[in-house]
Amino acid sequence: MSSFVQSLRLWFAPQRIRDEGETPDYRFSLANERTFLAWIRTALALVGGGFAVDQFLPDLRWGVRVGFALALLGAGVLCALRAVNHWVRCERAMRRGEDLPVSRFPTVLSLAVAVVALAMVLVILFDWTGR
Amino acid sequence: MPARDPGLQPERTRLAWRRTTLTCTIVAVLAAKSAIRDEVTAAGLAGAALTALVWVGFLAVAHRRIHALDAARPGPLSRRGALFAAACTVALAALAVAVVL
Repeated sequence: MSSFVQSLRLWFAPQRIRDEGETPDYRFSLANERTFLAWIRTALALVGGGFAVDQFLPDLRWGVRVGFALALLGAGVLCALRAVNHWVRCERAMRRGEDLPVSRFPTVLSLAVAVVALAMVLVILFDWTGR
Repeated sequence: MPARDPGLQPERTRLAWRRTTLTCTIVAVLAAKSAIRDEVTAAGLAGAALTALVWVGFLAVAHRRIHALDAARPGPLSRRGALFAAACTVALAALAVAVVL
């Protein structure tokens, strides 16, 4: 947890990172940036999914619909925040010549998306529409 | 020093920004459409205006970054740019929560 707080401080301190270690090959920084953008797109897709659930499944019971939408939106927010965090940590690791950080996040996110998708299939299949 | 990276890293990064901008546009359209449903209300209009603001902000950041990538050896993305891109996503999610509830 303390490492998370530490990297949280790094989010807002541009000089801190620039002073550390050596500037990596710009191609590595650009690759890191593209990975960051891919995560942002994933986050945007999850947020879009939240809007879509709310708009295109009007027959669902209110609680079920809101639950699905909030699950997707929450995952989107987490994904965006973790995108910045991971980008900062990778950039710092490259400057210090350390190994890139490993993380459980991709596994957790895929499992969460799988659970939401399965729940949606079940709800729509068994027509738990509250009517 | 070659004028152009043979691996086309800046171009690939530029295209990644374009893809992300496109995704942001789609989500922003969904958001504006959700904010203004059947009847136009003050809250709906405010939501749509906020969405437009977020979208324009993202567009500006992407444009600046794409411009910066024109250099033969572009510098890394700024912390502010990364934070702003994430903040736009979070803002759209917050709008969605307001629409859903």
